[in-house]
Amino acid sequence: MKKERVNVSRREFLIHSTAIGAGFALGMYIPKTDNTAMAAEQAAVGEVPEVNAWVVIKPDDTVVIRIARSEMGQGTLTGLAQLVAEELECDWAKVTTEYPTPGQSLARDRVWGSFSTGGSQGIRGSHQYVRKGGAVARQMLIEAAADDWGVDIEECRAVNSVITHVPSGRTTTFGKVATAAADLIPPLEVELKDPKDWKLIGKPVKRLDTVDKLTGKQVFGADLQLPGMLNAAIKACPVFGGKLRSFDADKVRSMPGVQAVVAVEDNAVAVVAETWWQANSALNALPVDWDNGPNAGVSSETIAKMLDEGLDATEAFIGNEAGDVKTALENAEKTVRATYAYPYQNHATMEPMNATALWTKERCEVWCPTQNGEAALQAAAEAAGLPAAQCEVYKIHLGGGFGRRGAFHDFVKQAVAIAKQVPGTPVKLLWSREEDMQHGHYHPITKARLVGGLDKDGDLVALDVRISGQSILASVNPNWMRNGVDMFVFQGLMPEGEHAISYSVPNLLIDHAMRNPHVPPGFWRGVNVNQNAIYMESFIDELAHAAGKDPLAFRRKLMGDNPKGLAVLNAVAEKAGWGKSVNEGVYQGLAVCKAFASYVAACAEVSVDDSGKLKIQRIVAATDPGHAVNPQQIEAQVEGSFVFGLSALLYGECSVAGGGVEQQNFDTYPSMLIAEMPKVEVIVMPSGGFWGGIGEPTIAVAAPAVLNAIFAATGKRIREFPLKHADLRPA
Amino acid sequence: MAKLKINGETVDITVDAETPLLWVIREQLGLTGTKYACGIGVCGACTVHIDGSAVRSCLLPVSAVDPAQEIVTIEGLSSDGRHPLQQAWEELDVPQCGYCQPGMLMSAAALLNQNPSPTDADIDAKVTNICRCGTYNRVRRGIHLAAEINKRGGTS
Repeated sequence: MKKERVNVSRREFLIHSTAIGAGFALGMYIPKTDNTAMAAEQAAVGEVPEVNAWVVIKPDDTVVIRIARSEMGQGTLTGLAQLVAEELECDWAKVTTEYPTPGQSLARDRVWGSFSTGGSQGIRGSHQYVRKGGAVARQMLIEAAADDWGVDIEECRAVNSVITHVPSGRTTTFGKVATAAADLIPPLEVELKDPKDWKLIGKPVKRLDTVDKLTGKQVFGADLQLPGMLNAAIKACPVFGGKLRSFDADKVRSMPGVQAVVAVEDNAVAVVAETWWQANSALNALPVDWDNGPNAGVSSETIAKMLDEGLDATEAFIGNEAGDVKTALENAEKTVRATYAYPYQNHATMEPMNATALWTKERCEVWCPTQNGEAALQAAAEAAGLPAAQCEVYKIHLGGGFGRRGAFHDFVKQAVAIAKQVPGTPVKLLWSREEDMQHGHYHPITKARLVGGLDKDGDLVALDVRISGQSILASVNPNWMRNGVDMFVFQGLMPEGEHAISYSVPNLLIDHAMRNPHVPPGFWRGVNVNQNAIYMESFIDELAHAAGKDPLAFRRKLMGDNPKGLAVLNAVAEKAGWGKSVNEGVYQGLAVCKAFASYVAACAEVSVDDSGKLKIQRIVAATDPGHAVNPQQIEAQVEGSFVFGLSALLYGECSVAGGGVEQQNFDTYPSMLIAEMPKVEVIVMPSGGFWGGIGEPTIAVAAPAVLNAIFAATGKRIREFPLKHADLRPA
Repeated sequence: MAKLKINGETVDITVDAETPLLWVIREQLGLTGTKYACGIGVCGACTVHIDGSAVRSCLLPVSAVDPAQEIVTIEGLSSDGRHPLQQAWEELDVPQCGYCQPGMLMSAAALLNQNPSPTDADIDAKVTNICRCGTYNRVRRGIHLAAEINKRGGTS
């Protein structure tokens, strides 16, 4: 870029560039917030002019990188900061981060892009524009230094927050030129680094958000304290679709701390008190009359019947088709049939749902843990009865998300509905664990019937997969469906794309008989790939055994068109010593999948004693995410994916009785503990050229690898879940 | 008015005697590092120390705590954030979302108080906190590393 004097004001430029649709909106400073509670979070905002939307540099060289996606444990905050910092050429030791608010995003025409944090999209969905944000800022900082020195910009380089004029050796720092850089016109084109030149991307740097999590200092939504704040506890009708008929507030009004007892929307009641404990105690003592509505007779048994009917239905949506399955099955030498079933499951984030709201006639503010700040703002505005421009959401750290806090902001709407009844007073709504367990948006329920055909050589020539059960999109976002089809149901089984099936089968039919019970479904960490990979990978194992073939060899033969999938499978087989002798009493199982654009595989080793007690000893896992931004965080996510996937396999079940979920707490909805945790060996093998997700893919292979190992150990093929119901005593 | 000794200080509290210690700590004393997650003593997010032992504070009525007993919360685990477990946790990047970690650290610290060199089996028996993100293997490594740091005299 040539060094030239800037003749247009930045504001003029902005108006112009907005009109022509330039990629970066720059130059408007984020308005100061008058909210003292957020002062610490927003310290950098407004005090120092931003270089651009992504980067603020303070005079002391502190680099503030703005992160639009939500950190909920998955490490995206650190990974995204690495992407910006790589191009910015700043000193990593000086990097801090902050969340822009959804209201600022609205005012600035979504300059930070999507806030949505789900589908393992954080890094793969924004790497291009956040790296560009860093590169543009770097260019502007260099230009400011060159301007100051009166030298050609091409003669200047930035490294580690220091700008050097190469011919003279003169140096300055980002902090010294940041204010001048903020006034420059940003370059419209910048070149991003070639991956081979990356210094920070690919490095196992430590997370930026650890220290406060070790001392109790980290504030989660449930911890928020505002001056004059009241606390609320809530109970919604335990039957989905039921309504609140009446409640007897007089019975609890005199209890300690109680300020108000209020109806919330048409299906819930809340107690507002000085402390949450007081609110919840009064709520538990409150007589409530529910109208349970039309679903009070629904149970797990009636839902199972509904799904069974779908398994045999003549009409179904086709998700993947090749050749002629019907004929090929008729002509097959041998056919194998199996039916699998997967239950409802709760997200069970450690931090229960919560939101804090302050409502007046003119304005509504919400503080909440959310995976999608923009959606939270819409929910707040809707509930407040105010335009979104008169509302604001402040994202507070999440104690887990797993999909519960992205597409659904029921807790935000409730908090605002309560706050509207105590105008001018901030109210923190915190769900009890029981409320959280019984009012989820559950992992959808499905069954699958699989029929496979083997030829005389024992090769798979036909595969017919019928999925019967619930569609998330039909409930959550019908607009995303295509001609009534929820393609999301076929995650991991699709013909192509980020959830492509791993195998090439000449005659294939995978279809979906949509059956939607009344229990609300939702996105869930991994979601449909979790059960689809169980169905597919368990059944492939069944077919291999029916063919008298080694499960690895059987898979390999079907993966000729899937070299990257084959590579991760081979990697785990090799590292785990597949087919070689393992310790006595230890048995292995394999699984492979493509999910969220990454290729993953696992080899599990288990033992099962004579009493049927399962011990998962070791898992070797491989991931090819294309580019690996932070390998040590990938390892952490892979390990965590086993905990999430295996907790679901071992214990995850929300059963339905009387139209509601029976489980109430972690005693009846357990999670895996440290004593059950296998040794995990992680192979991170980025092959380059694409960007895959990290937080979810490995969940897909966790359960089937263990199930296949259980079969090897016991001869038992488990097809209904969770495993806590299964008798694993060797046959 | 009752008294509690918490993180080395004696404090006055005014609450209903049945209020669980957890809610006194969080709502009256404003120490929100100790978490609510289940309220039935199953998950361990509310773990604090009473006289050096790990206690799940969500079920314990505050009236059951003697004013002479020493309560320690995550905020009082160390004065400078450099308890060997905190050093080890930082070194290994243990936390993910972090919500269960105060309880996890307090359980681990109580274990080390009683057993300076715990085996894997000791950890399995004593650290029964739920972590949904799945930090268990790093928690285990962190406890072993903290035990080593202790042996070296408290610094990594």
